[in-house]
Amino acid sequence: MSAPSEHSGPVMTAHRAGLTGCHSCGRVWPQDHTKCLRCGTHLSPPDRRSLQKVWAWLIAGLIMYIPANLFPMMSTQTFAGLAGNSESTILGGVVELMHHGSYDIAIIVFVASIIVPVGKFIAIAWLAIVAGRPATVDQAHTRLKIYEVVEFIGRWSMIDVFVVAILSALVQLGFMASVHPGPAAASFALSVAFTMLSAQSFDARLIWRGLPLRSRTG
Amino acid sequence: MLAPSLWWFILAVMKNEQSYDLATGRGLVACPNCDALHVEEDLELGETARCIRCGTVLAKPREGAFAQLIALSFTSMVLLVGAVFFPFLQVSAMGFGNASSLFDVALAFADGVLLPLVIAVLAMIIGLPITRAFLLVYVLAPLAKGRAPYRHAARAFRWSEVMRPWSMAEIFVIGTAVALVKVAGLASVHLGPAFWAFCALIFVNIASKAFMCQTCIWDAIEDAGQATEFEPKQTRVKV
Repeated sequence: MSAPSEHSGPVMTAHRAGLTGCHSCGRVWPQDHTKCLRCGTHLSPPDRRSLQKVWAWLIAGLIMYIPANLFPMMSTQTFAGLAGNSESTILGGVVELMHHGSYDIAIIVFVASIIVPVGKFIAIAWLAIVAGRPATVDQAHTRLKIYEVVEFIGRWSMIDVFVVAILSALVQLGFMASVHPGPAAASFALSVAFTMLSAQSFDARLIWRGLPLRSRTG
Repeated sequence: MLAPSLWWFILAVMKNEQSYDLATGRGLVACPNCDALHVEEDLELGETARCIRCGTVLAKPREGAFAQLIALSFTSMVLLVGAVFFPFLQVSAMGFGNASSLFDVALAFADGVLLPLVIAVLAMIIGLPITRAFLLVYVLAPLAKGRAPYRHAARAFRWSEVMRPWSMAEIFVIGTAVALVKVAGLASVHLGPAFWAFCALIFVNIASKAFMCQTCIWDAIEDAGQATEFEPKQTRVKV
């Protein structure tokens, strides 16, 4: 079996052959089939119209990301509110961690709840814009790599939601201290879920649709 | 043990033109990431078939993969049951203590406004992983013995694949680590057996990823008798 990079000639695709490949199990069916008879997945030819779904989920995720940053993730009540009742947003939580001196954990939270979601919004939007546009083979490989990274890393943003869930479940020390989740926890969880759905509905085959039929070098 | 065999070659260099059918798609495989068409070929155990264009792994049959996956699924079931009922973390400060298993936590929140959040979190860390383990055993148990798959095996495997990105046990462990640091100044924390069960679960997941080959399982389901053969109504066009 030859390495992928060695292959530079024109590539026959299922779409050009008048067939539709199942994106779940790889089985190939005639184009008039709407359902894969092997695994039951809905079949769809690579089509830019499927990007509407990507945009819809992405916008839903963006909208939920706004309250997730404005409202408090959780509120900590110490000595029944006498010693203070602190509420912290996502960014506030990171700053607090840095004041405690735990920079490593602060970086994890900062990366997971700010850099990754924002990077994901930009990456998915860019992929949806360039999908189906003509590209060289190298560009297509870069795009696929970015898509794979986005798909892999998306779930990791849930860390902050789990932190809030664990803290509010365990820090119920009555008079001493108690932690309650804030509205941002729910909207952040939804934002992550929506962007995951957005990435899942992106059809990676569109990355390769814009390639010229014959590669320019070959 | 049936060897999940079949696979691949680039269409252009294909010599045996009888093994596939361009009208019905039989004997062909399309790369899920770039739609490049491949012809199914027999693959040796241990070999890995990659897409000729984008390099996506198309199939990687491994020796005894089904038996390994079944064993690993049972392991994760045991670990998950332990993770639910054993104490997870123990927090104490100035005489106020709180040791709880995830089951206790779920009960404590059962009538609050936070119920949806608790249900979602529990589903992601316990519900989906355990359901996936059950589905995988259901699909693979007859296949590993070389028998016909149980009813709805294809649907079961498809659901297990849909659930994959949403089961987040390993992310939960990292979340716990962050929570520990946050709570460290407020109270002293002891880790319970359930926490270690989650840590073990990460390694079980990594191990089963090494043996997982979706295409091999789909082929095994198909070859072992699931009725999926496509019969066109009009006369078949030979290429």
